[in-house]
Amino acid sequence: MEPLSWTGSIAFLNPLLMLALAALAISIVVWILGSILLPEAPINVNVDGTVSSGSGLFGLVQTILRYSFFACVALSVAYIVLGILMGTGAGIIGAISQQFLPVWLSLVILFAMSVAFKRRLGLYGKLFDSPIGMIGFGLVMFWVFTGVFGALDLIVTHDPLTQVSGMKNKVPGTPLPSPEEGEYAWYLLGGDNLARDVFSRMVKGAWIVVQIAPLATMFAFMVGITLGLPAGYYGGRLDTFLSFLANLILAFPVILLFYLLVTPEIVATGVPNYMAAVLFIFPILFIGVLLNSRYYTRPNFRTPLLIGVLGIAIWLYLSLISTGGYIVNTETYSIWGLPTYLDLFNIPGGILVVFVSVVFVNSPTVFRIVRGLALDIKTRDYVAAAQTRGEGPWYIMLWEILPNARGPLIVDFCLRIGYTTILLGTLGFFGLGLPPESPDWGSTINEGRRLLSIYLHPALPPALALLSLVLGLNLLADGLREESLKD
Amino acid sequence: MGVFFLRRLGTMLLTALVLTFIVFFLTNLQPNLEKVAKFEGNARMTDAEVASWLEKRGYTQPLLKRYGEWLGVSKGWTYTSDEGRVTGRCIRDNIPAEEAPQRCGLLQGDWGQSSVFKVSAGKVVSEKLALTGRLMLWVMLLMVPLALIVGILAGMREASVLDRTLSTFSIVTTATPEYVSGVIFIAVFTSSAVGLKWFKGTATQAMENPTFENFFLPVLTIALYGMGYIARMTRASMTEVMTAQYIRTARLKGVSFGNIVMKHALRNALIAPFTVIMLQFPWLLNGVVIVETLFNYKGFGWALVQAAGNNDIQLLLAISVVSVFVVLVTQLISDIGYVYLNPRIRIS
Repeated sequence: MEPLSWTGSIAFLNPLLMLALAALAISIVVWILGSILLPEAPINVNVDGTVSSGSGLFGLVQTILRYSFFACVALSVAYIVLGILMGTGAGIIGAISQQFLPVWLSLVILFAMSVAFKRRLGLYGKLFDSPIGMIGFGLVMFWVFTGVFGALDLIVTHDPLTQVSGMKNKVPGTPLPSPEEGEYAWYLLGGDNLARDVFSRMVKGAWIVVQIAPLATMFAFMVGITLGLPAGYYGGRLDTFLSFLANLILAFPVILLFYLLVTPEIVATGVPNYMAAVLFIFPILFIGVLLNSRYYTRPNFRTPLLIGVLGIAIWLYLSLISTGGYIVNTETYSIWGLPTYLDLFNIPGGILVVFVSVVFVNSPTVFRIVRGLALDIKTRDYVAAAQTRGEGPWYIMLWEILPNARGPLIVDFCLRIGYTTILLGTLGFFGLGLPPESPDWGSTINEGRRLLSIYLHPALPPALALLSLVLGLNLLADGLREESLKD
Repeated sequence: MGVFFLRRLGTMLLTALVLTFIVFFLTNLQPNLEKVAKFEGNARMTDAEVASWLEKRGYTQPLLKRYGEWLGVSKGWTYTSDEGRVTGRCIRDNIPAEEAPQRCGLLQGDWGQSSVFKVSAGKVVSEKLALTGRLMLWVMLLMVPLALIVGILAGMREASVLDRTLSTFSIVTTATPEYVSGVIFIAVFTSSAVGLKWFKGTATQAMENPTFENFFLPVLTIALYGMGYIARMTRASMTEVMTAQYIRTARLKGVSFGNIVMKHALRNALIAPFTVIMLQFPWLLNGVVIVETLFNYKGFGWALVQAAGNNDIQLLLAISVVSVFVVLVTQLISDIGYVYLNPRIRIS
């Protein structure tokens, strides 16, 4: 087997791309300088009273910018399409784009459907009016699909934990020394210092982030909302107390907290299990109060609904916090949990403690945001109207204040997923919590950085992956903010 | 103002007490103590030996009592061995047991002995803090002016070319955590694979002899991540100020654009970023830990990693006291500065 070059037989596109990129870079610089130095285009008043402005030199630069940008995008698409068609014939880039085929297809379908029906899709549809939001959404969905398909073993070329002898620290595109029948014959992005496939590890790492980050953020939001709404609405002692607690956690340096919480010794004492038991009860409280405050006037409907929903929620809660029949199981004592035959899923202690500490670190910030919003909104007229109507305080909080605070909360949710991703990476970077072989991005960066002065390829792919995902989430949040402000 | 200050000081003290107690509790859990015993004593001790080792060193007392000892409000432990030799918290080799003080804790200026560095934890912290202080100073000198300039330039003409470019730049920097940007910088500027070799990939030499070559990359790595956020805040507050009535009045009066920005808008636009910069300190501490590990700069953050990795209880407590103190003081400064900068807010 030949080693793969980066672009293989589509190398004729490279000079074109270089040219387009150079044109783009130059026109951006000229554009910025021009906006400061060049005079503004003269405005002419026409006979019929309308005004028109000449395009001038500045307009010309803008046109060049637009076309060179389109050229770059078209060339990138050409790389991907040719790569999908030619596979390894088009080098590493071709092979990678072929591996990502399910992701491309899902992205195309998702975008086509969303753009076609965007007027009926509310805020989500409006996202497709903003280019920034679309780019962000595209980046985020790319990694979400990569995570999901990677977990289904569609994208990965090798097992992320298998070591192939002779592939230690090999550069991207190196063929396997003796590939077996049906085995992928190359390490597309090279091998790391334990001779594992960097590409497959990166793809598998996406699944870890896609699983944990949104879920942990959602739990943090449930905790923050359930505590922040009453703190803002009632005020007084409750507010003082809860704010003190939130400031307490916020004053803790995050890394110190992680180092104290996410160690095997602490896991052995069961402290994370207690924290999980406390933190995960908030979603149940939230859902219970939410439904009860809405339907308590119709007990015939409310009671079966609550029994059904809370039953399932409590079952999930118990299976979440109990492992092997115990909630807390230390050497000296243990607390009985759900028996194993009812336990739906088990979360390894390491993952649980990571999850709990990320939720724990994020919820005070959410609490402060929700509290501030509640303080602001409770003075509005519709809240006063609801109070006059005789609605209960929880109905007002959850069905009057919360829906009206959704805009900032959705934006913050996107930003916070990005922040959680960064936190997960930090944990991996310090080797905390996640198992040492785990392919998550933080751990891979940490392993790769030791040999960084000689071998770049093990550390850079996960670093760029993390960067692009967090960037996507930030852009998405920006697009959402812009579009929600337009109303 | 006086009452406000006193109340804030009281809350601060309470917060510091609770936080150090949490650290104390977490580091003194039974498995951690056993780890300490095996680390300092003998790795192959049996359970009974561990128990007696812990008892001889006063670890078996109730938690609150030991926290009091650490603070210096309750009497230090003493232990009389079978041969009649008295050991105790405050008894050192050179001071006989009768003359030793009864209390020795934080209030008496005794920070305890660091088990990793084998010197007083207070000494370790002060040495490391000096190194990190230098790093932070340069970070601040780079980050704050850069962030303010970017924010003001972007915010003075909303939706202009300059605004869009600079906003994109600040979004990219907020999306790049230190361990990503640090790795990219090391890869591009220091590795033999790329071949630029403009800077040094480690900052170990910078501890004695900081030069541009070995110190710039760590400083830049921390500054970039913090910069984006401050710049976005500055931009938001600048755009808000630029749409205010009095700016329009100034414009209609014929004041030049430069004068409007410098004389009318700037001071009002800087109130929000000031608080943000102050509240950025706890975040910077995160960055310091990551960057010091990445660039092998043996400062405060590096000491934190060492202390936490080896469960060095005294050092961890000293570090948490210092970092909590820094966070709380910056919060206080940000509150006071907010009042001072913004004449519309008066505290009753």
